Amino acid sequence: MLIDWFTVGAQVVNFLILVWLLKRFLYKPILDAIDAREKRIAEELADAGAKQNEAREQRDEFQKKNEEFDKQRDKLLNKAKDEAAAERQRILEEARRAAGDLRARQKDALKREQMSLYDEIGRRTREEVFAIARKTLTDLAGTSLEERMSEAFTCRLRELNEEAKGEFTKALSTSPDAALVRSAFELPPAQQTAIRHALNEIFTDEVRVRFETAPDVISGIELTANGRKVAWSIADYLASLNESIGELLEEHSKPEPQSGNKRAAPAEAK
Amino acid sequence: MHLSPDEIIFWQYGLFKLNATIVFTWALMLVLALGAKLITRNISIGLERERWQNLLEIIVIAIEKQIEEVGLSHPGRYLGFLATLFLFLAAAAICTVIPGYQPPTGSLSTTTALALCVFAAVTFFGIEERGLGNYLKSYAQPTPIMLPFNIISEVSRTLALAVRLFGNMMSGAMIIGILLTITPLFFPVIMSALGLLTGMVQAYIFFILATVYIAAATRVGKPESESEYNE
Repeated sequence: MLIDWFTVGAQVVNFLILVWLLKRFLYKPILDAIDAREKRIAEELADAGAKQNEAREQRDEFQKKNEEFDKQRDKLLNKAKDEAAAERQRILEEARRAAGDLRARQKDALKREQMSLYDEIGRRTREEVFAIARKTLTDLAGTSLEERMSEAFTCRLRELNEEAKGEFTKALSTSPDAALVRSAFELPPAQQTAIRHALNEIFTDEVRVRFETAPDVISGIELTANGRKVAWSIADYLASLNESIGELLEEHSKPEPQSGNKRAAPAEAK
Repeated sequence: MHLSPDEIIFWQYGLFKLNATIVFTWALMLVLALGAKLITRNISIGLERERWQNLLEIIVIAIEKQIEEVGLSHPGRYLGFLATLFLFLAAAAICTVIPGYQPPTGSLSTTTALALCVFAAVTFFGIEERGLGNYLKSYAQPTPIMLPFNIISEVSRTLALAVRLFGNMMSGAMIIGILLTITPLFFPVIMSALGLLTGMVQAYIFFILATVYIAAATRVGKPESESEYNE
């Protein structure tokens, strides 16, 4: 018989013991370890998910903040730009105004300088003209300048038309003061007498005359009585001379400030 | 020449005897239990673990999966019994490469004991799952006429389990023994390798049939369908 029943019983017992042993030492620890690992992995995954969510939230928040920051920065930048533009405009205006003022002052100064130059030229011309005329008259005609001027003045008086003569006569008679004869230089007594004679002759009345020297009567003689005036002078000639000198000066002086301004303007704009 | 390791008796006292079957079974038990103990002593629950632990995890999970695939919905409950069955039979077959080793499964007593255990387990799990009345009723399914056939089937399949395993394991050992006397050089090696394969296949068949029987006994209101697994 191949079956030994004692061995069968023993093997059953052996097998049951082996089942218990392996359960105790193999399946339980292994399955427990696997379960624990799975649990741990699940926990870690859940944790990672939570962290990911948190990170996503933080990223969103950060992005939002960044956008806000960008917006604010743009706003500030725009404001600063506007302010800078306004400031630039203001400074430009100021500079333009200052330049304008300076130009005006320069122009005034130039004008003043020109005027004083004209005056100086007028004075010098007058002196030179008188000197030349005096010398020429003495050399050629044997007469003095003052004499010739008195003659010219009396000539002018004689040439007055009747109406003017009448008005002047009236003025002379109504005037409480003596008629005033002003000249740029002192008239010699001979000339004074000649003028007095001429007045008496022309206006028939006994004319009271007072002589006065006044440098502003430009190289000439004038008679004033109660608001009326008759004069002879070289002022007109001098005026035309001044005019021509003025034109000459302007021609020389005008281009310079103009070109200077043109050059200065772009520099200011910068 | 011994037909069964039962015949090699080391010690006897009356009815009690210590034959090669029991001794080699103890040796296998010692190796299995000690190995399991040593490997699981420093078990790690983290992602880093030893290679031996990995191997054991693979084996245990594979067996668990196999049980689940057969149709048992809670493999954990049956794992202790079924996995031990497979591991014991596989270890007994693998150890045939050791010279002088006598597989305990080459003894009809061992295979009978295991078949009886399977029979008991089927009954136990069937009653536990369905209740005693329902389990007994299942013998009279689909009609009471089938009752004797069902009982015969139950007994015969247990017997078949025992004899199939015994026949395969014993024949392997016998063939090697015979071949050693005829061509002692080359053929025994091939036959030994073949015996290894046969042993593993038999371990798997024994294990899967036991699983199928238990699954059939515990399945409620479903027709038994183990015939396709029967040889």
